[in-house]
Amino acid sequence: MQRIGVFVCHCGTNIAATVDVKAVAEALGHEPGVVISQDYQYMCSESGQNLVKDAIKEHNLTGIVICSCSPRMHENTFRKAAASVGLNPYLVEIANIREQCSWIHKEIATATEKAIILGKAAVAKVHLNAPLTAGESPVVKRALVIGGGIAGIQTALDIAEAGFDVDIVEKEPTIGGKMAQIDKTFPTLDCAACILTPKMVECSQNEKIHIHSFSEVSDVKGFVGNFTVTIKKKARFVDETKCTGCGLCTEKCPMKKVPNEFNMGLDNRTAIYIPFAQAVPKVATIDPNHCMMLKTGKCGVCSKVCSVGAIDYKQQDQFIEEKYGAIVVATGFNPIKLDKYDEFAYNQCADVVTSLELERLMNAAGPNGGTLLRPSDKTHPHKIVFVQCVGSRCDDSKGKPYCSKICCMYTAKHAMLIREKYPDTEVYVFYIDVRTPGKNFDEFYRRAVEQYNVHYIKGMVGKVTPKSDGKIDVQASDLLSNEQLHIDADLVVLAAAIEPDKTARPLATMLTTQMDTNDFFTEAHPKLRPVESATAGIFLSGACQGPKDIPETVAQGSAAAAKAIGLLCKNSITCNPCVAHSDELMCNGCSSCEKVCPYGAITYIDKEFRMPDRTTAIRRVASVNPAVCQGCGACTVACPSGAMDLNGFSNSQIMAEVDAICK
Amino acid sequence: MQVNNNFEPVIVAFCCNWCSYAGADLSGTNRLNYPTNVKIIRVPCSCRVNPMFILRAFQKGADGVIICGCHPGDCHYTSGNYFTRRRITLLYSMLDFLGIERNRTRLEWVSAAEGAKFAATMQQFTEDVRKLGPNRRLEDLRCRKQ
Repeated sequence: MQRIGVFVCHCGTNIAATVDVKAVAEALGHEPGVVISQDYQYMCSESGQNLVKDAIKEHNLTGIVICSCSPRMHENTFRKAAASVGLNPYLVEIANIREQCSWIHKEIATATEKAIILGKAAVAKVHLNAPLTAGESPVVKRALVIGGGIAGIQTALDIAEAGFDVDIVEKEPTIGGKMAQIDKTFPTLDCAACILTPKMVECSQNEKIHIHSFSEVSDVKGFVGNFTVTIKKKARFVDETKCTGCGLCTEKCPMKKVPNEFNMGLDNRTAIYIPFAQAVPKVATIDPNHCMMLKTGKCGVCSKVCSVGAIDYKQQDQFIEEKYGAIVVATGFNPIKLDKYDEFAYNQCADVVTSLELERLMNAAGPNGGTLLRPSDKTHPHKIVFVQCVGSRCDDSKGKPYCSKICCMYTAKHAMLIREKYPDTEVYVFYIDVRTPGKNFDEFYRRAVEQYNVHYIKGMVGKVTPKSDGKIDVQASDLLSNEQLHIDADLVVLAAAIEPDKTARPLATMLTTQMDTNDFFTEAHPKLRPVESATAGIFLSGACQGPKDIPETVAQGSAAAAKAIGLLCKNSITCNPCVAHSDELMCNGCSSCEKVCPYGAITYIDKEFRMPDRTTAIRRVASVNPAVCQGCGACTVACPSGAMDLNGFSNSQIMAEVDAICK
Repeated sequence: MQVNNNFEPVIVAFCCNWCSYAGADLSGTNRLNYPTNVKIIRVPCSCRVNPMFILRAFQKGADGVIICGCHPGDCHYTSGNYFTRRRITLLYSMLDFLGIERNRTRLEWVSAAEGAKFAATMQQFTEDVRKLGPNRRLEDLRCRKQ
C-alpha cells in the first residue's frame, strides 16, 4: 500500500497570492494513498526541506509530491532531500503550480482548481513511480573549445592551467578572432594586439593546448563526459609541421590581387598568405580559389622558393576523431551584412564603411599603415559622420531586434581617437540612445563629448547620398531641436549590428543545444547558470551567447572554463536513470525500436526462454545500453508490442496523468 | 451549431522537457496570461507522446490535446520531433476516420525562448476548441462528470 505525502509551497506570495494553498493541501489530502498533506511558506528552504524529511521518516512515506515551482528549478533539491532520509530520489514528483499556474492566472478560484488538478496528476503519477538507481560513466579528461577568438583562448588557457588537455578548433588559418582585427580597446584605449597576442603565443606554447587551425567540427556524438568529435582539418596545401612562417612564399606569389579578409577587403593579399604578422600558428595557407597552380596547374612559385619543402599541392581535407569530456562553444559574432540598407549607400560608395573596417583603416598594420585615409581617394577626411544602431533595435525584418551592446562604446572610442590624432576633424555621432553601462564606460563617453567635443546628435540618419565632388551628403533629423540636417561628410561610419557566426546554427544542431530566435545559444538559466547550455557537458563562452564586449567575454570565458574544469575533475558522472528498458517477455525482436534510436543504444541479443510446454526456445530480444540511452522515448512509441518503456515517464505514468487531468 | 459560452474545455498539453516546457515556464516567469483550461504534462521529448495518450485523453473527456516540441532541427535528441511530426500526421487520418475534429489536436513547435509564443498558442488553441464545443465522439460515458 502506497503512503504518499503532499507538500504545498506558498513560495512567499508567489503562489499563495493567486492559489489558495490551504485548499490545495486539503483537497489533495483526500486523494487515494495520501497520508499527509501540508502547506508551508518556503518548501525549498532549510526548514521546509526538514519538514519534508521529517514527514518521510515519521509517516514512512513511499512517495512524495511537492506542489511548488518548476521541476527545472528545484527537482534536484527535493530529490536530494528525499535521498538524505533514505527515500529513493526518483519517488519525488513536482507539480508545477507557480510558473504554470499562479504566475499566469489571476482569478483565485480557477487557479486553485487548476493547482488541485495538477497536484492530482502528480499524485496519480507518483503512485506508479519506481525506485531507480543511477549508473555511473567515466569522464574523458580532455576538453574541446570551438572557436579561437578571445573567448576560446581565455577558456583554453584556464582549462590548461588546471592541468587538462584542451583542443582549440578554429575555422580560420589563425586564432585571434575579431579582437585581432581591432585597433584599440575601450575604455582604456590600450592596443588590442598588445594584450591579445601574448595570450595567442601562450596558447601555442602551452603543451596542454592543441590548436587545430583552419579546421571545423563536422560531427559530434556521445554525451556528457564522453563526446566523440570528428574534426575536419581543411586542406591548407602547406605542411603545418614543416612551415616556419618565414613568409618568403607570400612575397613571391604572383597572384597579388586577392581581397584581404583580415583587412575587411580594404587591400589585397596574395593567394598564399599568412593572415597577419602575429598569426598563431604562423603557417602559410593557400587559397584554392585564387592559386594559379591549384586552378590551372601552372605556377608553383611558392614550392620553388620554400626552403623546407612545406608546400603540398595534393593535400586533402583530413578527418580526425577525438574523445572529449567537455565542450565549450566560443563561436563568436560577425557584423551583419549591410546589403539591404540602400539608404546608407554602403554598396555604392567606398567612403561609407562599417566600424570594423574603420578599425582596420586606423590600425598600424592596416591598409594605410595607421593613417586615417578615405578608401576612395586616399585623402584625409575632415568631416566624419557615425551612424549608430544600423540594424540593431530594428522592428523590421532587415535588422535585429536586440541592442548590439558594444556599438555605443566603440563609436565613442573611434570618435575620441580621431579627435585626438586629427584635431582638425569634425566628428558627428547620430544616435537613438547612448547606452554606456559598465565600469568607467559613462565617464569614457562623457570625455568624448566634453573633452574631445564630439558632436552627439539624437536622431536617425535618413539617407546617405554620395555626391559627384566626392563628398557624401548625410541627411538626418535632430530630434531634440526638431531640425532637418544636411552634413557634407568625407567619411560615413556605420555601426553595423552584430549577429552570431553562421557556423553556430549547424553546430547547435550537432551539439543538440538550444538557440534563441536570433541564433544566440541559450544558457541553462538566464541568471543562475549563464555559461552552461541546457545540454549537459556543453558550455558557452563569449558572444555566441549574446552580444558582449571584451571584458565580459573574458569573464565568461573563464567562467565556462571553471565549469568545464569542475566536470573534468570528476572521475565519473552519474548517469540519468530515466532510460528506456525492454520487457523481454513481450519483445518480439522486430527492430522497430533500433531504427528510431538516435544514439544506437539498442542492440539485439539471443536469449533462452522457457516455453509453456517446458521446452526452451531461443528468441531475439531488444536490449538497451543504459549508458548510451539518453531517455528520449522514441522507441517506446515505435514498439508495436508495448515492450519498450521509459523509466520515470512510463506509459502507465503518463496515462495516469492524462486520466487525472481529464477527470 | 450553437456555441455555448459557459463551456470550459479540458485541454491537455504535452510539452517536451527541453524546449516547450521551458517555454511554458518562461511565459510564467514573464507573467503572460493563458487560460486555466490548459494543463501541462511534462515528457522528455515530444516523440515520447504515444498517439495512444492522445486517444486516451479524448476518451477520458479531454476536448483538445496539444503537443509541443522543439523546432525541427533543434531537438535535444536530434531527431525526436521528426518522429512526432510523422506520427501526428498519421494520427490525423485516424482521427478523421473516428470523426474527431482535426482542430482538437494540434502540434506546435515552441522553443525555450518563446514564452510569448507559448502563451499566445495556448490562448488561440483554447479559443479554437471552445468554438468546437465539447468532445462527445470518443468520450467514455462512464467517465463523464455527473
